[in-house]
Amino acid sequence: MGQATPRLLRPPPPTTEPFAVKWALIGTAVLFMLLFLVMPLAAVLSEAFSRGIGTYWAAITDPYTLKSVRLTLLVAAISVPLNVAFGMTAAWAIAKFEFVGKSVLITLIDLPFSVSPVIAGLIYVLMFGAQGWIGPWLIDHDIRIVFAVPGLIVATTFVTFPFVAREMIPLMQDQGTDEEEAAILLGASGWQTFWRVTLPNAKWALLYGVLLCNARAMGEFGAVAVVSGHVRGVTTTMPLQIEMLYNEYKFAASFAVASLLALLAVVTLVVKATLEWRFGEELAAVHRAPGGKV
Amino acid sequence: MSIEVRGVEKEFGGFRALDGVSLNIREGELVALLGPSGSGKTTLLRVIAGLEYATGGSVLFDGEDAGARHVRERRVGFVFQHYALFKHMTVFNNVAFGLRVKARATRPSPEEITSKVNALLNLVQVEQFGSRYPSQLSGGQRQRVALARALAIEPRVLLLDEPFGALDAKVRKELRRWLRGLHDRMGLTSVFVTHDQEEAMELSDRVAVMNRGRIEQVGSPTEVYDSPATPFVYEFLGNANRLPCRIEHGSARLGETVFTDATGLADGDGVAFVRPHDIEVTSDRLALSIPATVKQVLISGAVAKLELTMDPAPGMIEVELPRGAHWGAPFLAGQKVHWRARTARVFPASAGASPVAAPEVKAAG
Repeated sequence: MGQATPRLLRPPPPTTEPFAVKWALIGTAVLFMLLFLVMPLAAVLSEAFSRGIGTYWAAITDPYTLKSVRLTLLVAAISVPLNVAFGMTAAWAIAKFEFVGKSVLITLIDLPFSVSPVIAGLIYVLMFGAQGWIGPWLIDHDIRIVFAVPGLIVATTFVTFPFVAREMIPLMQDQGTDEEEAAILLGASGWQTFWRVTLPNAKWALLYGVLLCNARAMGEFGAVAVVSGHVRGVTTTMPLQIEMLYNEYKFAASFAVASLLALLAVVTLVVKATLEWRFGEELAAVHRAPGGKV
Repeated sequence: MSIEVRGVEKEFGGFRALDGVSLNIREGELVALLGPSGSGKTTLLRVIAGLEYATGGSVLFDGEDAGARHVRERRVGFVFQHYALFKHMTVFNNVAFGLRVKARATRPSPEEITSKVNALLNLVQVEQFGSRYPSQLSGGQRQRVALARALAIEPRVLLLDEPFGALDAKVRKELRRWLRGLHDRMGLTSVFVTHDQEEAMELSDRVAVMNRGRIEQVGSPTEVYDSPATPFVYEFLGNANRLPCRIEHGSARLGETVFTDATGLADGDGVAFVRPHDIEVTSDRLALSIPATVKQVLISGAVAKLELTMDPAPGMIEVELPRGAHWGAPFLAGQKVHWRARTARVFPASAGASPVAAPEVKAAG
């Protein structure tokens, strides 16, 4: 009987919306993506190549541009690991232990999100600058922080502070402490428990946190702009280089560097997708948690 | 190994989860901590394991203060209610965990670990699932893996928190019998927490009935069932009719009728408890019997359940008769009958704490 019934006559599944609603929703989403994500990216690329491939190549092989790329990677390479270490310990403490001042710590972690990046940059100028609190002492000891590479790193680290911790805390809190208790009872030390149980359970959150943190570290503009002092070839990261070129009316060159920055973002996405695909089975196994608890 | 719990107290922010609990568990014994939720049974288990600090009192393992040792050195096998298997590890690695985290000096070689884990997987009958993840197992299989993992460290005591709580009835029964067999073979001292009286009765050597952070009674299943020490135990274990009565001159009266003995109790209000199967029902008046009316007759499996109302009515009485006995001359709804208690127990009304659930503490979950 079931086989004889033509497919078309089967009633739609009870949980499906009518055709029109379905496509209206999908259409809206696609239109929004085109307008706000795809078109700007296309604009960047078309502007970058507007004067031909030769100009593009010249722009991205410009010594100052190459220096800015190197500097951006250096800043990210230092501030991301710092924030991974910080974010992991903070998430561990907050999700797995009860202590006085926990809510204060959570608020502090969010602070960089609520403070404007420009203010974040200014804080460091006020602290480490020539007129700042410890600026004179630094100058006496010939240590340069503001308007130098250390300043860029400090400002970037501040701005990207919350990413890792914010990704990890909800997941780790959700997982509870049963597995950690089990590990301790089985004789594991705190260190072994963290590396063998807590971290593996939170590794996907950690990975997303690192990717987001990295994307922001490479793309940060406001805070970096304040502490950089725009010394070309010394303290200009890629976003600053883009701005400087743009202000000098070198639009094609400016967009060429911008396309490089966008490329870095795409690489990040590809890395994430690849990892998900490689470890998809394990990921699924972990998320279908025993006992119905996730 | 023997366990001695001495006057243990535990407070959670003003809530007394354990209120001076003392309990002796002999070597090789299987003891059930039985009580409603919020009675403190899980908290007590966690204190014994060392997962919770006692606010007062102490726990002794073989006469030695367990508090002197860190949890990881207590060698306690613990099976969590939701198993707490390591989700990111295969079954094999879960069981091997306790062996692999040992200090190098005492850690078995990889070959020894492999053969030991395989032996354990065999013991709990999941040998074919070694390479699976916990999420790919059924509830009963997870339970067995959790047990194998706990046994891998050769624990001195085995503690189980609601070991069958998350399983369906059939698996629960099977696993219960199997666990009892395993306990007998291994000779481990075991303590398990349950709110299911049937489970406690069937599985354990002794039952500690808990209520509001205290142990109300400890004894063998027959002891606690046949001679409950407190009204709470009477009501919590099995069915019991609770009858408000008057105590006068050493006997209890319902209305005008003296219906059971209450020697040694002071005159005043009392509460009598009678089990449904300890009631005789006849159509004729007998000594000490009380008139009543049959309200309903239900046949349920091997027993006939009668509901009697008394006039003037201090409530309803449940009676269970073996179906055979009922068969000969069946009682009918509306029939006037007489009932009397074969055995009953009277408590002064002031002792009559009924099983009221205290708020569930986090640790119980």
